[in-house]
Amino acid sequence: MRPYPDDISLVIEGAAGQGVQTITAALLPILNNSGYNVFSCMEYMSRIRGGRNSTEIRITGKIRRAFTAHIDVLFALSPHAFEHLQNRIDEKTLIFAEKEQFGNGWNERCIDTPIAKFAIQAGGPVYSNTVAAGAVLGILGIPLEPLNIFLREQFAIKGDEAVENNIKAATLGYDFGLLTPPALKSKIPLPSTNDGESHLLMDGNTALGIGAIAAGCNFICSYPMSPGTGLLSFLAERSGTFGIVVDQAEDEIAAINAGLGASYAGARAVVTTSGGGFDLMQEGMSLAGMIETPIVVHIGQRPGPATGLPTRTEQGDLDLALHAGHGDFARAIFAPGTLEETIATMQQAFDLAQRFQIPVIVLTDQYLLDAVSTIDVLDIKRLPVASTIVRTDEKYKRYAFTDDGLSPRGVPGYGDGLVRVDSDEHDEQGLITESFDMRSRMMEKRLKRLQPLAEEAFPPTVIGRHDGAEIMIVCWGSTRGVLEEALDILDSKRLAGIHFSQVYPLNPSILAMLRNRRIIVIENNARGQFADLLTHETGLGISRRILKATGEPFSVEEVVDALQEEAHG
Amino acid sequence: MDNRQNRFDMPSDTDVAWCPGCGNHMLLKAVKGALDELGIDPGSLVMVSGIGQAAKAPQYMKVNMFNGLHGRALPAAFGIRLSNRELVVVVESGDGDMYGEGGNHFLHAIRRNFDVTLIVHDNMVYGLTKGQASPTTQRCMKTPVQVGGVILEPFNPLAVAIALDAPFVARAYAGDVKQTISLIKKAISFKGFALVDVFQPCVVFNKLNTWQWFKENTYSIAADHDPTDRMAAIKLATATGKFPLGMLYRNDNRALYEDLAGIGEKPLHQQQAPDEKDFRAMLDSIPMNNH
Repeated sequence: MRPYPDDISLVIEGAAGQGVQTITAALLPILNNSGYNVFSCMEYMSRIRGGRNSTEIRITGKIRRAFTAHIDVLFALSPHAFEHLQNRIDEKTLIFAEKEQFGNGWNERCIDTPIAKFAIQAGGPVYSNTVAAGAVLGILGIPLEPLNIFLREQFAIKGDEAVENNIKAATLGYDFGLLTPPALKSKIPLPSTNDGESHLLMDGNTALGIGAIAAGCNFICSYPMSPGTGLLSFLAERSGTFGIVVDQAEDEIAAINAGLGASYAGARAVVTTSGGGFDLMQEGMSLAGMIETPIVVHIGQRPGPATGLPTRTEQGDLDLALHAGHGDFARAIFAPGTLEETIATMQQAFDLAQRFQIPVIVLTDQYLLDAVSTIDVLDIKRLPVASTIVRTDEKYKRYAFTDDGLSPRGVPGYGDGLVRVDSDEHDEQGLITESFDMRSRMMEKRLKRLQPLAEEAFPPTVIGRHDGAEIMIVCWGSTRGVLEEALDILDSKRLAGIHFSQVYPLNPSILAMLRNRRIIVIENNARGQFADLLTHETGLGISRRILKATGEPFSVEEVVDALQEEAHG
Repeated sequence: MDNRQNRFDMPSDTDVAWCPGCGNHMLLKAVKGALDELGIDPGSLVMVSGIGQAAKAPQYMKVNMFNGLHGRALPAAFGIRLSNRELVVVVESGDGDMYGEGGNHFLHAIRRNFDVTLIVHDNMVYGLTKGQASPTTQRCMKTPVQVGGVILEPFNPLAVAIALDAPFVARAYAGDVKQTISLIKKAISFKGFALVDVFQPCVVFNKLNTWQWFKENTYSIAADHDPTDRMAAIKLATATGKFPLGMLYRNDNRALYEDLAGIGEKPLHQQQAPDEKDFRAMLDSIPMNNH
């Protein structure tokens, strides 16, 4: 199925170490600067060299933010391309590959491309990826010069010879691409009407980092784990400019406990991890709840259980995020679906954590974090960063009872009071107690914030037209883009989508949006964790769950197929 | 030391959860004595602890307190120090809390060498969970779980710390308050990771390592021991027989984590959110875009 005849999905396949990412990094800005709408996502194996990885670049008439299964143009660098991608190739796919290594799938739409020969002509096999990048531009009929500029910048550090060889490789590939028979060439969409100037190209990791910096984050302590590590690297790289303390912890337990120590002392702290690391952090969630100390936790989800599929994607950790930590305490959970939402929810997470003195989770996944799309600079909005820290006086009590259950938060060394926090049940001063009366008053105090947290919850976003739609398709987190596109293609008045960028607590307004309609939930996990949550929170029944837990994101085609009957009755 | 009030005393009606005769009482006195003699302002001091009877110590002092989770005192202390270099951070912990549950953090805190004083109440047994073996329990001691006697060699915190080049390693005995105060004072004044492992009896659950036993099985390190001599220190820490008390090892040449990591003097709670100019400049430098 080709959703829009003008859209192109271009896939570059190669082994780890063959430079597929460098090609993407070169091509995306060139396409973006030329005024095209681009979207890109990648899939890769959990290894450093070899294997089979691919990146999809979509060039689209409308702005799109979703993975399509169908490949219009394939550029194969490894001998495994056909075996790996055959389900996404059909008789319309134009394939550039070396005939000798491509194998059984060879047909009249395959173009024998002497990548290795050109690379050696240019200086060595290492230039294969640059040959491919040049060829892609040639096929699409986009000028070569911007690629040469990129190569000059990128390889300047390696010396003139490397630069010249790369340019030679790009030119050989480009000239070959230009010679593609016109009958075989895919039609590239016209550049979009926006001038391209104000549109920034970035991946989800970058958006997450921008959100953290906008929120005044000044402390991160984490243990590397894919796909959660991007935020740690992003903030580390900018730590000097923004005065961010960055530490790589010995384990995730240390990370969250250090984060809470820092937050207790007044830092605006974040920790980042994936589901497996968050398993270890659960005690810290519970501690944050008890000592009423703000912390933002980013979980980049990947398929579990256990080590699962380390470099793949899934939305399987919602239940974990909802229930992590023993005992009852308040929390909030966000799940952005776009770059704008990622930046916004990260700021909201810090704000809520500070104001409500609670742990707040931001749930993303590998697909969202690695996917590259564009954002209008004007859509990058900053929430005011309000300090919630008070100067203490001699009579200060960290857990003083108040009407709303929120005690003014002091930090040690700021004022004349003492700031005492205790993981044991405690009194207003923060000292250990086993008084049942104090216990029940403290529980009530800590849980009082549930109600205002729900009232402040981000309402979900309606996709399409809500009025008159009989069926509401519910999604959350990274599945927003694919549902948007599928509903656009289906173009049915019977269906409307609804996307949650905050999944807990739920805004009370959702009941009115969903009541008396058929509800279908689509999510990237095996059982429908959000569907369960929705029923639990609203009492509404879910008539159908569209689920996928293979380790891949949903494709537009899959969602269109799954909703075809619903759309047309 | 006398019983006069010091600035770290809690009100006299404070309920203390320790058993009568427990070594913790003596150590509490010593810690408060050391802090008072050093003239530290209670408001600029944070006591951090984990879980266990020893970890309750900060409850009984007039200080800022972070009584966190079992084994996690050092990571929390680390976060506090990095957020505010003006704070004096002291961790109090038991042998189970620090060397068992918190073992990995112990190793990595030493590697980092941030400015913290670690006082470990080492009574060679689990008290709060009622008498099971701790990492430092002597071999052959029978417990409700190690019913045939402990089969493992005890963990040697001093040897491990010296092996990792912990820059300040000392052992005290809670029965000798004067020496304990003196070592704790030196440890707190020391810029860097300072370990004071303090022997003390658990009068309820450890019938082997009693006040008397500690007296008979310890000795003061000879005056001619050179604490900067790492091999000599290792020898003392690993010798069989009686346990040495005093300053085992000291290295004044290790760089402080806070300095290596470039942690600024200004506490993070006083830091302003990024100004719009820096923020926009950051957006302008996002990779994959024309700059």
